[in-house]
Amino acid sequence: MTIADGIWHQIFSFDHYGELLTLVRNSLVAGAALGLVGGLAGVFVIMRDLPFAVHGISELSFAGASAALLLGTNIVAGSITGSLLAAGVIGILGTRARDRNSVIGIIMPFGLGLGVLFLALYKGRAANKFGLLTGQIVAVDTPQMAWLLSTSVVVVIALAVIWRPLAFASADPDVAEARGVPVRGLSIAFMLVLGLAVALSVQVVGALLVLSLVTTPAAAAARVTASPVLLPALSVLFAIASIEGGILLALGSSIPISPYVTTISFTIYVVCRLTGRYGTRGRGARRRSVAQPA
Amino acid sequence: MSAPGTVSVPRARHDEGANDAAVISLRGAALSYGDRSVWSGLELDVYPGDFVAVLGPNGAGKTSLVRALLGRQPLSAGTLTVLGRSPRETGREIGYIPQQAAVSAHAMLRARDLVRFGIDGQRFGPRPRTAAARRQVDEILESVGASSYADVPLSLLSGGERQRVRIAQALATDPQLLLCDEPLLSLDLHHQRAVTRLVDARRRSHGTAVVFVTHEINPVLGLVDRLLYLADGGHRVGTPEQVLTSESLSTLYGTQIDVVRTPGRIVVVGAPDGPATPAHHTHATRATDGVRP
Repeated sequence: MTIADGIWHQIFSFDHYGELLTLVRNSLVAGAALGLVGGLAGVFVIMRDLPFAVHGISELSFAGASAALLLGTNIVAGSITGSLLAAGVIGILGTRARDRNSVIGIIMPFGLGLGVLFLALYKGRAANKFGLLTGQIVAVDTPQMAWLLSTSVVVVIALAVIWRPLAFASADPDVAEARGVPVRGLSIAFMLVLGLAVALSVQVVGALLVLSLVTTPAAAAARVTASPVLLPALSVLFAIASIEGGILLALGSSIPISPYVTTISFTIYVVCRLTGRYGTRGRGARRRSVAQPA
Repeated sequence: MSAPGTVSVPRARHDEGANDAAVISLRGAALSYGDRSVWSGLELDVYPGDFVAVLGPNGAGKTSLVRALLGRQPLSAGTLTVLGRSPRETGREIGYIPQQAAVSAHAMLRARDLVRFGIDGQRFGPRPRTAAARRQVDEILESVGASSYADVPLSLLSGGERQRVRIAQALATDPQLLLCDEPLLSLDLHHQRAVTRLVDARRRSHGTAVVFVTHEINPVLGLVDRLLYLADGGHRVGTPEQVLTSESLSTLYGTQIDVVRTPGRIVVVGAPDGPATPAHHTHATRATDGVRP
């Protein structure tokens, strides 16, 4: 067997696939929930230009999760705590984009440092440590599953309630404010919702790669549609496809789940970018013919 | 509509109900940021169907006035009522056209979505997409001549097209007051006319009061009933004929200002610290407000 064959076998190996599949049924259910949450939250991450905030929150989420690992408490709860703290700070201190980026740039390395500290003190399995940063197929156990699903439900309900005014405030803040939309309150509310969504995604792809679930699918969808219905629908579809595809592929290998998820999600984006009509200057020139009504 | 004399006669009192039908009523209104007084002693009544232009150099408080009218900037003295109430309670009855480039560049939003926000964007909770609402959006877009690009993302529209959509959004709630903040900025003459014509048509057909903030008077010269001219040294309220004279502006600025009138156009020459004039002006001397080559 050549080395290449060996590597290939590490990446893709589908022996005993059926038996493995039943083991990850929980993961697949959790994955669908995370795809839904990440895809929906991603729409506003793109609209409000928050990818950097997502990254910052995920580092704090990692710190929270590693603290929980060290203390032997619930990792999902730890991850959510870290996320919400970061999201709250960013939401309150970073109302304007310029301030926000500095706030994120300041808390992100701090969070990462804390996380590294907690992991250094942790004496348990090394795979657990690595998983928090780069993801793992968590054989999601029942209490974790309950946390994941109930948090997903909270996020989806919260987004359903604030969706319309949040979209208004994100796209057209001046008029929204004039119309009485609580622009600042919604901004903070969304950061907290985003914090929950990020904490959930950390469980699957790890803190470093959350953007592939919370930003890439929505960015891909925005390339092919501007419809307020299709955009979130496609974003969710892309996110679920990435995560479930990633779980199913990672199942047969010894490699963490994240490269599969990120590669699928990136591929979808590239395809959308190449085929999409929107978001590039080129189309502006094409439609100039209708631009000048008398 | 406007009383020809104008510095509007204060009505009995500014209490509830005593405003007749004044859409906007400013009484001794003043605004200052810390020690710096932006404007003070402002007395202005705007009635249904009035077209009031707000002019002045940058920094004279035009945008602050807009914010005050929208209830986003409390006065430091005096009173302001909009539709007989505190301006903070009148959000939906004011059609607001903000300065350009206010739409987030990251939002993939179609023209029709922006108009839809104007109808019910402030409502929380899930909202069914009904055919009736869609038809309403179509009708509004049709009325401003924007139907052909209803489904095009805003980022792909020209400035003039976007401004039509903005007007449609502002008119979506059938407002009694249309508040336009520099709606002609960076539009060419053709689109300037289109925008002013739409606004003017609306106030004539629906009696909508119009407050039109601009640094160029000429595009709206034939339409304006009254002017509020804000400058660092004070302000003037009156008809264009009263306010835009060499004498009146010289007093206002405290320096010699020449107002040159040609048929259908007014050129103000010599105003210090005037607004940045569009690059394509033909002028030998420093010419500001009201210049339109």
